[in-house]
Amino acid sequence: MAVIRDIAFQGGQMLLVLLLAPLLTGFVRKVKARLLRRQGPPLLQPYRDLIRLMRKDAVLADNASWLFRVIPYFVFAATWIAASLVPTFGSGLLFSWSADLIALIAVLGSARFFLALAGLDVGTAFGGIGSSREVMIASLAEPAMLMIMFTLALIAGSTQLSTMSAFMNSPEVGLRVSLGLGLIALIIVAIAENARIPVDNPATHLELTMVHEAMVLEYSGRHLAQIELAAMLKLLLYISLIACLFVPWGISPPTADPVHLAIGVVAYVGKLAVAGVMLALFETAIAKMRVFRVPGFLGAALMLALLAALLRFVSRSF
Amino acid sequence: MMVVYALFGVAALVALAPIAVAFGVSQGKDTTTTLIYGACLIVTLGLCTIALLSLFDVSHTISQATLPLGLPWLGAHFRIDALASFFLVVVNLGGAAASLFALGYGRHEESPLRVLPFYPVYLAAMNLVVMADDAFSFLVSWEFMSLTSWALVISNHRVRENLRAGFIYLLMAGFGTLSLLLAFGLLAGAAGNYAFDAIRAAPPVAGVAALVFILAIVGTGSKAGLIPLHAWLPLAHPAAPSHVSALMSGVMTKVAVYGFVRIVFDLLGTPAWWWSLVVLAIGGATAVMGVLYALMQRDLKRVLAYSTIENIGIIFAALGLALAFKTEGLNWAAALALTAGLFHVFNHSLFKSLLFFGAGSVLNATGTRDIEQLGGLIHRMPQTAFVFLAGCVAISALPPLNGFVSEWLTFQAILQSPQLPSWGLKLMVPAVGALLALSAALAAACFVRAFGFTFLGRARTPAASGAQETDSNSLAAMYIVAALCLIAGILPGVFIDALAPVVQSLVGGRMPVQTSVEWLSIVPIAESRSSYNGLLVFVFMISSGAIAAFAIHRLASDKVRRGPAWGCGYPDASTATQYTADSFAQPIRRVFGTVVFRAREIGEMPPPGSTEPARLTVELHDLIWDSLYAPIAAGVAFAAERLNYLQFLTIRSYLSLVFTALVLLLLVLAIWP
Amino acid sequence: MRGLSFDIAHMLAGSLVLVSFLQLYQDRLSALINVFAMHALVLALSVAWQAFVQEAPHLYITAVIALVFKAIVIPVALRRIIVRLGIHREIEAVVGVGLAMLVGIGLVALSMVVMLRVTAEADPLAREDLAFALSVVLLGLLVMVTRRNAVGQVIGFMSLENGLVLAATGAKGMPLVVEISVAFSVLIAFIVIGIFLFRIRERFDTVDMQAMDRFRGEQR
Repeated sequence: MAVIRDIAFQGGQMLLVLLLAPLLTGFVRKVKARLLRRQGPPLLQPYRDLIRLMRKDAVLADNASWLFRVIPYFVFAATWIAASLVPTFGSGLLFSWSADLIALIAVLGSARFFLALAGLDVGTAFGGIGSSREVMIASLAEPAMLMIMFTLALIAGSTQLSTMSAFMNSPEVGLRVSLGLGLIALIIVAIAENARIPVDNPATHLELTMVHEAMVLEYSGRHLAQIELAAMLKLLLYISLIACLFVPWGISPPTADPVHLAIGVVAYVGKLAVAGVMLALFETAIAKMRVFRVPGFLGAALMLALLAALLRFVSRSF
Repeated sequence: MMVVYALFGVAALVALAPIAVAFGVSQGKDTTTTLIYGACLIVTLGLCTIALLSLFDVSHTISQATLPLGLPWLGAHFRIDALASFFLVVVNLGGAAASLFALGYGRHEESPLRVLPFYPVYLAAMNLVVMADDAFSFLVSWEFMSLTSWALVISNHRVRENLRAGFIYLLMAGFGTLSLLLAFGLLAGAAGNYAFDAIRAAPPVAGVAALVFILAIVGTGSKAGLIPLHAWLPLAHPAAPSHVSALMSGVMTKVAVYGFVRIVFDLLGTPAWWWSLVVLAIGGATAVMGVLYALMQRDLKRVLAYSTIENIGIIFAALGLALAFKTEGLNWAAALALTAGLFHVFNHSLFKSLLFFGAGSVLNATGTRDIEQLGGLIHRMPQTAFVFLAGCVAISALPPLNGFVSEWLTFQAILQSPQLPSWGLKLMVPAVGALLALSAALAAACFVRAFGFTFLGRARTPAASGAQETDSNSLAAMYIVAALCLIAGILPGVFIDALAPVVQSLVGGRMPVQTSVEWLSIVPIAESRSSYNGLLVFVFMISSGAIAAFAIHRLASDKVRRGPAWGCGYPDASTATQYTADSFAQPIRRVFGTVVFRAREIGEMPPPGSTEPARLTVELHDLIWDSLYAPIAAGVAFAAERLNYLQFLTIRSYLSLVFTALVLLLLVLAIWP
Repeated sequence: MRGLSFDIAHMLAGSLVLVSFLQLYQDRLSALINVFAMHALVLALSVAWQAFVQEAPHLYITAVIALVFKAIVIPVALRRIIVRLGIHREIEAVVGVGLAMLVGIGLVALSMVVMLRVTAEADPLAREDLAFALSVVLLGLLVMVTRRNAVGQVIGFMSLENGLVLAATGAKGMPLVVEISVAFSVLIAFIVIGIFLFRIRERFDTVDMQAMDRFRGEQR
């Protein structure tokens, strides 16, 4: 019985993240539009876009290789796996031990690795410029993420997300300087990883300023749909990650009754909404950076994360 | 008994050298090539089996043998213990893969007689270094290893660059051997007992031990490619034929790591507190510098050589951690770090061989190693592209392949280090962690570049567009190694358990048994702290990708149309409009290179209306070469210039020089207390 | 309660270090002044919290001084100065942001190790506060070193002084007199520097310190 419940729980989470991700993106777009005094597209527009893209024929460039056609499936699968291993509404995920936080970051890293290859496959300058900038951003964001993870793992004594989340929910944790530094760094990394303003603009279609969009410029139809869905899942993943580590309240424990589960789901949706509004506010308030300002921005995240880890190494009470 | 069988195998390898010469002169090239590489394949497989048998031997018997060779009062001692058997596996697995690859690849060799006699001796020498149990046979084998690999480096002697590479290699190898010679001289002490058993029984006092430690780092580090002793490596490794490059990068650097582990963990007794600091600092710096250099290269094989330097840095960082834990008596943590380091030794030997094989196939098919001249090979060489991609994923430390597992274990070891009481380590370890994380991310960038510009895009030259898929032997070698990478990635528990006796013998602790963990996960300390299951991650990725593909193709659309790529409305864009590998690396060059390489870009625009091309010049300075090697070279040249006049003396003056020297030495002896 | 009060004090001191890092990160003068105001605000909060925890009402006065003068009066005045000088849009830094922050981290690590090693027996709150204070002082010095502009150097100097105040309030029983005198001396120094800035400006047409080196005859 317990096994069936665990499997149902894990399956439920996989479906939940898949279904919620487009809604979150639609919500952020809507809030941004309202902040700009625009009507904005309806909340469900991302779903419609995805379905429309799925139904269309995929147009491939003449010299696109087999790799180009496989990568969208891989990117989607990797991102989906990663997203379904982050505790969202409950921490009793059946397979949470199969990949801890380091492995989760690395799974996302593989997705990015292949996406960067896809940018190079067709052999146009746009794909190249996108891939080149993407790996430059990643070369700073990934170490920053790992250092943040080190700090959190040292505080929680574990790299297992469910254990970490449970620890953060316990009264032992308290206010920690290194936690604060880690949070700031994590937010910067999340912004960069999700190609949001000020690092990249998800709405732009001016080739020379794009990073992520330039990389996937040659994709169309169902391939594009999967890459877009993966991007939405990634946004959801990072928000869930921040939520489960820094505002873990309401996450239902592994052996939970329906009431706790319901509380967990409501709390989770609430957290997503708050995060979505904050993201929209931030993006509206700030201008996009020049590409070569990004290393400074991300370098600051790396330094903060390193500082947090250092403090943590030096004394347990930081 | 094992060691005797192994020595027979080594003798067989040595015997292949004269056979190669004899056959090569009488029979044709192809017959000799097939014969020698086939024989090498069989012997190395046999040696590998012996090594595996003694590694998995439950009773852990150490087999020893003494041959009446070498110094008359000492004899040549050989011995296979757990550490040696692990490195024998690495050496012979790499050797077998390289021999299989060479069965196909070696046929394209221009002058095989310059390669064939040295190749089996090279393999034999590496085996002997690992088995040696006294300083004398260790050094002789080490020197044989250096000399035969030097001969292989200059086998293609018509290229001037190769001769220069060979010269620098010979100098550095001599320097390294000299350091090791001094180290062993100090270890043996005044009694002059060169057998390892005697050294182990009487470890040197602290001051001498410190000196030996420094000499060991210099000696083995110069062979492994630690910065700043790496200068020869990116010149020599690419110059050799590709299967030999694979051996040099994948295996010989590991023999150097073996030398370091043997001396520092086994022979030197209790480590001093600052040793781990030195190893950690050098390891971290080597990792980042190596990969930054790799990102700036255009030569595919040189990219791989620099990436070897990076991986050696990672291995040494893990060894440094193990040393730190061992110093403080945290044996279980030392076991974790050492396992991580040794597992990375094994993994790197696999994927680096694979990548060099791939680079060799590309070189054969196109005649060039310059990635700016390649492109689009995925269409012409789909199978090579596939296995090369597997190697790239593995070396970039991405799940579910094996490179990730050893990095993951290293990071887990770093997370244990706040328990270390030393203040220096508390500061050093997080910094090294950041350096390793940085190097992992940069390595991914480096291999996106290496794979993307070699195999993807459109062919940039006729040579690339006319390439042919490589032969089946080479492909078989690459597929086998790639499969091993996958197996080590998804079932790491087996490999970690196999390393347990090695680690046990060196740091007196071991990681928990992994093969009994549910679902074949790996759990370094406790499941509540960290666990990773490569198999499940792999299965999940495959299955959810397959489900997505199935669902979309059934429910939505599976139609594909082909059309030209988007080129802003310009039809038939030239292949020169593609992004180049140099421009791909430009953002990273700008972020990191301005400090590390003092990189400068000088753009020259012609005046408006002029039809002259605009020029962009990029200047990179190898600061280590400029500030360390160039002054030494200048100094040597200066001294040589000054001593030149000694060449033009009369015979009488020469005789008087010799006479004076003799008398001086005798005088010294006479007044020596 | 003991645990929480400790954590909050700690968090505030840590935030002060963080804001010091933000100062290093800024390369525009006006943003630098804003961050300095924030620095002073965090200092005021920290001092007020110490006053509450130590039940030392005189520390509230220090907090108010920090809030009024350093977080409001001085930033406003500085902003007027740079607007009048017409340099509020200027970008100025001698070394890159990344390098400066790397050095900053090294300094923080150094002060941690020095303080925690020297004061092994002291009360943990005081010793870690002291370590943070030393970091703030060193980072203030670093800001002064990495700025070309005199205004940037003034800000570096004042954030250095904030670090001293943090150290003083963290240690129990610092007399109010010393407090006030320190605060006023800085205010006076600020006024003097402000006047000097205008004098320099009138004389040399710039407040760029490198330019002034030329007038000293130290050609670079």
